Amino acid sequence: MPIDESVRKAVLGAVPSLRAFAISLCGNVDRADDLVQETLLRALANIDSFQPGTNMSAWLFTILRNHFRSEYRKRRREVEDSDGHHAESLKSQPDQYGHVEFREFREALAQLPADQREALILVGASGFSYEEAAGICGCAVGTIKSRVNRARTRLAELLHVNSAEDFGPDETTRAVLASGGE
Amino acid sequence: MEAAATGSKKLNAKPAKLGRDVQARLGQQLRAMYDEVVNQGVPERFSELINRLDGNGKKDGR
Repeated sequence: MPIDESVRKAVLGAVPSLRAFAISLCGNVDRADDLVQETLLRALANIDSFQPGTNMSAWLFTILRNHFRSEYRKRRREVEDSDGHHAESLKSQPDQYGHVEFREFREALAQLPADQREALILVGASGFSYEEAAGICGCAVGTIKSRVNRARTRLAELLHVNSAEDFGPDETTRAVLASGGE
Repeated sequence: MEAAATGSKKLNAKPAKLGRDVQARLGQQLRAMYDEVVNQGVPERFSELINRLDGNGKKDGR
């Protein structure tokens, strides 16, 4: 199955962001990479259904998101408390994420309902518009907006921040924020 | 356009509006966390997968 060069470029170009999305969704690097692999296999097997000229990245995110959701439902039946399980798996493997300074933030993120988490990440980190995020999640634009708002509010509560001064109790976070800004 | 009087504690109530500064900092932290993974680039596992699927066995120079 020869892969068109432009498709190959677009798919590989989307991989870093797909991984970041997958890790944020499932909280586990190995499982995230399996999700990405499955996404690439599905995408390339169904490349004919991709409409040239549309957003390849959004298409791949949609496949990954749907696959994650069906897996998630399956696991939910297998594992009793899947949300608690997600949060726990984060705590037990903090170093899987590299830098420890994001741990508190990741743990807070893990406590959000899945709907809110994915909406926040798509809009706030992946850089999709509300419209694109709605397309990826298969819901209305207004739904995405309200999920993002709820997610932000909940995150602020979980992290106990009421003002910008409450951020970054540790110096490393401050440093990261300062250097990552603008 | 929420009346700011009531607290943000009630989760089921309509979320109170967060200050711009808080939203901005949350956003920065979220992106920093996300970009840490993005900056890892494409692991070999995936470029090899694409090569394999491509069927011609050529090594991807990148």
